Amino acid sequence: MTNPIDLERMRAEFPILERETRPGVRLIYLDSAATSQKPRRVIEAMSSYYEQNNANIHRGVHRLAEESTAAFEDARRRIAGFVGAATPREIIFTRNATEAINLVSHSWGGANLNPGDVVLLTEMEHHSNIVPWQMLAAERGLRLEFVPVTDAGTLDLGAFRDLLGHSPRLVGFTQMSNMLGTINPVREMAQLAHQAGAVVLVDGAQSVPHMPVNVAELGVDFLAFSAHKMCGPTGVGVLYGREALLDSMPPFLGGGDMIKRVRLGEFKANDLPYKFEAGTPAIAEVIGFGAAVDFLSEIGMPAVQAHEQEIIGYTLERLAEVPGVRVYGPEAAQRGGVASFTLDGTHPHDVAQLLDDRGIAVRAGHHCAMPIHEKFGIPATTRASFYLYNTPAEVDRLVDALYHVKEIFS
Amino acid sequence: MDDLYRELILDRYKHPQKRGTLDPHDYSYEDDNPLCGDRIRIDVRMGADGRVADASFSGVGCAISQASADLLVESVVGKTLEEVKALSKGDVLEMLGIELGPVRLKCALLSLKVLKAGVYGVEEIEEELR
Repeated sequence: MTNPIDLERMRAEFPILERETRPGVRLIYLDSAATSQKPRRVIEAMSSYYEQNNANIHRGVHRLAEESTAAFEDARRRIAGFVGAATPREIIFTRNATEAINLVSHSWGGANLNPGDVVLLTEMEHHSNIVPWQMLAAERGLRLEFVPVTDAGTLDLGAFRDLLGHSPRLVGFTQMSNMLGTINPVREMAQLAHQAGAVVLVDGAQSVPHMPVNVAELGVDFLAFSAHKMCGPTGVGVLYGREALLDSMPPFLGGGDMIKRVRLGEFKANDLPYKFEAGTPAIAEVIGFGAAVDFLSEIGMPAVQAHEQEIIGYTLERLAEVPGVRVYGPEAAQRGGVASFTLDGTHPHDVAQLLDDRGIAVRAGHHCAMPIHEKFGIPATTRASFYLYNTPAEVDRLVDALYHVKEIFS
Repeated sequence: MDDLYRELILDRYKHPQKRGTLDPHDYSYEDDNPLCGDRIRIDVRMGADGRVADASFSGVGCAISQASADLLVESVVGKTLEEVKALSKGDVLEMLGIELGPVRLKCALLSLKVLKAGVYGVEEIEEELR
């Protein structure tokens, strides 16, 4: 049972939504795909940790160290539950989703990929799921292939099936495009990829914050996501990995916490998940991440998704009214809360700048997805992206402001 | 409100005076700002008197980048190469007549970077604009 979000109460949880960006101009934050705003309880969980519990984790025997370790590991347990991991050992803390993908390319890729091996990605990937593979490909002589994107902004699944015929060792794709908003059929794609003998890596940076994501139901081997896009702090992300796979992989970074024993001539790696967590982690941020996951769990991810479906549906409807606006990507039913668009005769930077005058924060540029912009023959777009605190009234303000931009540039 | 979009800038953006390419030309250079997808090419033709006989720009970008390119290119006609080399960031901002934050500064200065790279040498430009 999904209870709709009470927007007034929801917005009151986010102190920043109260602020004005200039005198008399209230912030309208439409850039949550870049980073989300943080609810009070996440900010408080982190400051309370620093005020009450701060100590390094895993080794100290004093009271504070025990409390910190317990809070840190409890957050891991809740995050594991949030994405349906079989055990907290499958949750590796990284700096962000990007580092999580780099962990896979270095550790799994380093141990398993050989010259001529195929890695299959898609044209709609964020640079973070392209560049690590380009780097490894250059080093190892791998072949990178890309599932094409149709004009409608969805993956060409026929081409995907064909490309699986090249026996890729790894198939990596985003669950939701940060530019087009497209939500990809992960379960079906993972199943096909597994039948072809590939390991499946999913970039969940845009999906985990916005919809129910369960790794067991989806059947993926790796899932990468970042706390800061889901009401949590910057500086912490997660690599979920299937335990057997993670167990078979060599460590990523070397240092403290990732070892069981060190002699001058050798080391023995620690057990999961610590094997992949060298050095003191972002303790306060992990605890804040735990609070963010509690916050989202209480609201319920189906409710978050339903709210964003409504907002994006309304946004597409309103944007379609504005002459000269072209929105990229599929219809509302197949997308998350992201609308990237161009406005005839006006560069996205100019659009974003004029929207900022009215307190509206959007993103202008290529959104770290240059290949997909190239595909559509545009250097840049303006992107409005939504989250659980955005209202239809804010969409109206966006549309009003676009008419104002048109006036200035007409 | 809308300070960045003064009449002058909008007018130059909508009705550029020096948009186009020159053939033949003595100097031509093209560069982009990959962050925003702005791209500018500037062509320069020298006269027998050692001064710029004509110059033009082409490319795509935001109002700030295109207007500053138009103003800059117009301003170099009649200048000697030495005078072109001496053009500074301050000159461009003075032509535009606006204050710019660090992000938009890159838009405004792309044309200067391209112009100087054409007549001068890329490394020195990077150094100078730092």
